[in-house]
Amino acid sequence: MKTVVAVLTVLSVIIAFWYAACLPMNIKGVLTEAERAGAEVTPAGAKERRDLSEFGLVLDNNFAIAATWAQDRPRLPAPHQVAVELWKTTGAMVLKGKMMSKRSLFYHGWVTLSATLLGFAIGTGLGILLAVGIVHSRVMDMSVMPWAIVSQTIPIIALAPMIIVVLYSVGVQGILPKAIISAYLSFFPVVVGMVKGLRSPDAMQLDLLRTYNASLNQGFWALRLPASMPYLFTSLKIGIAASLVGAIVGELPTGAVAGLGARLLGGSYYGQTVQIWSALFAAAILAACLVALLGVIERGVLKRMGMSA
Amino acid sequence: MVMVGLAVLVWCGGWWLNARLANGPQSDTRLVQLLVPAIFGITLLLVWQLLVMGMQVPKVILPSPTDIAAAFEANLSKLSQDFQQTFVKGALSGYVIGCSAAFLMAIVMDRSDFLRRGLLPVGNFVAALPIVGTAPILVMWFGFDWHSKAAVVVVMVFFPVLVNTVAGLRETSAMQRDLMQTYAASYWQSFFKLRLPAALPFVFNGLKISTTLALVGAIVAEFFGSPTVGMGFRISTSVGQLALDMVWAEIVVAALAGSLFYGVVAMLEKMLTFWHPSQRR
Repeated sequence: MKTVVAVLTVLSVIIAFWYAACLPMNIKGVLTEAERAGAEVTPAGAKERRDLSEFGLVLDNNFAIAATWAQDRPRLPAPHQVAVELWKTTGAMVLKGKMMSKRSLFYHGWVTLSATLLGFAIGTGLGILLAVGIVHSRVMDMSVMPWAIVSQTIPIIALAPMIIVVLYSVGVQGILPKAIISAYLSFFPVVVGMVKGLRSPDAMQLDLLRTYNASLNQGFWALRLPASMPYLFTSLKIGIAASLVGAIVGELPTGAVAGLGARLLGGSYYGQTVQIWSALFAAAILAACLVALLGVIERGVLKRMGMSA
Repeated sequence: MVMVGLAVLVWCGGWWLNARLANGPQSDTRLVQLLVPAIFGITLLLVWQLLVMGMQVPKVILPSPTDIAAAFEANLSKLSQDFQQTFVKGALSGYVIGCSAAFLMAIVMDRSDFLRRGLLPVGNFVAALPIVGTAPILVMWFGFDWHSKAAVVVVMVFFPVLVNTVAGLRETSAMQRDLMQTYAASYWQSFFKLRLPAALPFVFNGLKISTTLALVGAIVAEFFGSPTVGMGFRISTSVGQLALDMVWAEIVVAALAGSLFYGVVAMLEKMLTFWHPSQRR
């Protein structure tokens, strides 16, 4: 209860701060528009206002305060503007029965989500396979693991445009190039977490299995795999967030026309700040839902295995 | 065909050598532990080179390592300019500002229970979101030069460092804190003598995660507009010209810079948290 109150307080402070920040951020644009519409602005003339402080301008022109929260192309849109845009491109579209229209964020979200999920599945599958290899083969451990760690320090995004161009030139396009970038990003968290998890049974437990005369296979299925589950889910949560980032970034360098990344880029080209913010929030909500979904699955799986805390 | 056969041969040879080394009697020595990954890396490069030559892969699909090295050498001055613009000005300054801001914020949050309760869930939540997406907004606000890149990096590294530092500052046990109290230590005395050292492993975890994020943020922000210099700018224009050897050269620079950056932070960690179990041998 205390936490809920605290979180709500923090959130309301953030929103209040956001509204307040809109004033100085947008005031110059608003005043220019107001002057053109014939209102009396102190001081007159955009040139005179250019070097003045934004806060002073807000104080001198109280009448313009409401307008800073209702501009068409603000530098910083007010929270309710973003909310309205989000509703217009999601809920309102559904009510009109055009859920998958190109103006709907469901459409763009789905484009990004499908690449994310495909990439996440590929990355997780390969990551688990590699981890199993690393745990069972000393050669793989010694030769692959250091490179896996080094590759974490490489900004993988740098590869994104190239992957897309190369795959395009060999005839692969659409969802797969983006999925590959997603897979790459979710791959290493899974490898590292899974290796740690598969190694988490301690010597005593391994010895016990040996006294049972368990084979390598039996030891893997009965002890190592179940023991790795908590580690796996922790890294899956990191991996799916990374996958989403990968899919969004994969849409940037090619000038894709669909997807949340394309909305970001389009908004940035045409100065549609409200569109950028709503795409950003859509991405954030999507990421939060995916992580929460994994959390639910984690709780269910661990509970059935008798490991829930 | 000869080349492809040779590639297969090199791969098998390298693997055989590694298997011998890794399963041999000397596998625990430092030398072998460095040698095995090195051999693996060299094998990969050789196989890459041989396959590209043997199957005559066009340069616009995959340049060979020697092509990349040639492009690297021919464009050394360009690459160093890009490195300065993106890494030194954008990523590094953003990293320093973001990490110190997060650290100070974490201390404030540590002092106030209410703030910690309220901000930590929000911080945890934001840390998992695709923050790279703020790049177009920040580029719009701070202009095309490196300032906007630094701003993106600040936003990206802030939350991981914040969340980790707050978690770290709560790491000490009640007994240890009580002991400090019996010594009549002030808040800051117990902070510097007890809680900060105990928090350092967590802080460094956040700092290490942030090294990669910083570089990624700076490069991605350049996709949304940049002056005619910078790694992200060069990558996106070189892709447009199908000059993939140049793209790969930039990737080499990014990989080196990223690994070095990570290495420096990891070394600092080793120096400052020598007492921690994970650092002891």
